[in-house]
Amino acid sequence: MIKSELVARIAERHPHLLQKDAERIVATIFDEISTALARGDRVELRGFGAFSVKPRPARVGRNPRTGAPVMVEEKRVPFFKTGKELREKLNGGIDRGEDED
Amino acid sequence: MTDKTVTRAHLSEAVYQEVGLSRNESAELVENVLDEIAHRLIQGETLKLSSFGTFTVRQKGGRIGRNPKTGQEVPIEPRRVLVFRPSHVLKDFINGKGPKPSERNE
Repeated sequence: MIKSELVARIAERHPHLLQKDAERIVATIFDEISTALARGDRVELRGFGAFSVKPRPARVGRNPRTGAPVMVEEKRVPFFKTGKELREKLNGGIDRGEDED
Repeated sequence: MTDKTVTRAHLSEAVYQEVGLSRNESAELVENVLDEIAHRLIQGETLKLSSFGTFTVRQKGGRIGRNPKTGQEVPIEPRRVLVFRPSHVLKDFINGKGPKPSERNE
């Protein structure tokens, strides 16, 4: 499924909404998540999952073609952890373990 | 870093401010978007959200694990896991190197 299909599905479930509003709703949700992560905040959606940002320290990498060392700057990477309820549903209602929320 | 936690309530408020529906309906819409995504993933579908990222369901085989505390062997059943792969746009934005994903022309 891609974003436009998600938008169409939401518009279908809420017939009084204009397609354009459904688009804005979906865009707003993912915008909010993105901006929260950019601030360094965590986004916790119970039952669904949590988005967070993990720091990756600077390191010396290598140009795979030449083998020359390259300095890789410190950076932050987005991370998603599946929520307990969704993890269970992916496995037919059974939580096959790993850590808790 | 402000280190706060954003929840459904914040997302609903943003939808309320942005679209001008009632607070109740905004909350319901946030829920429906998440439900729809979860539903598709449970069906095994991949969800691609351009300039945000991709959610994929991956099948993992069973293996023998070990309780790290006791060293005891524990079988780990085959299972399905959800993997999120952030887009480059999102990664750049989080590192202050690019525009907000929605403001980028695709």
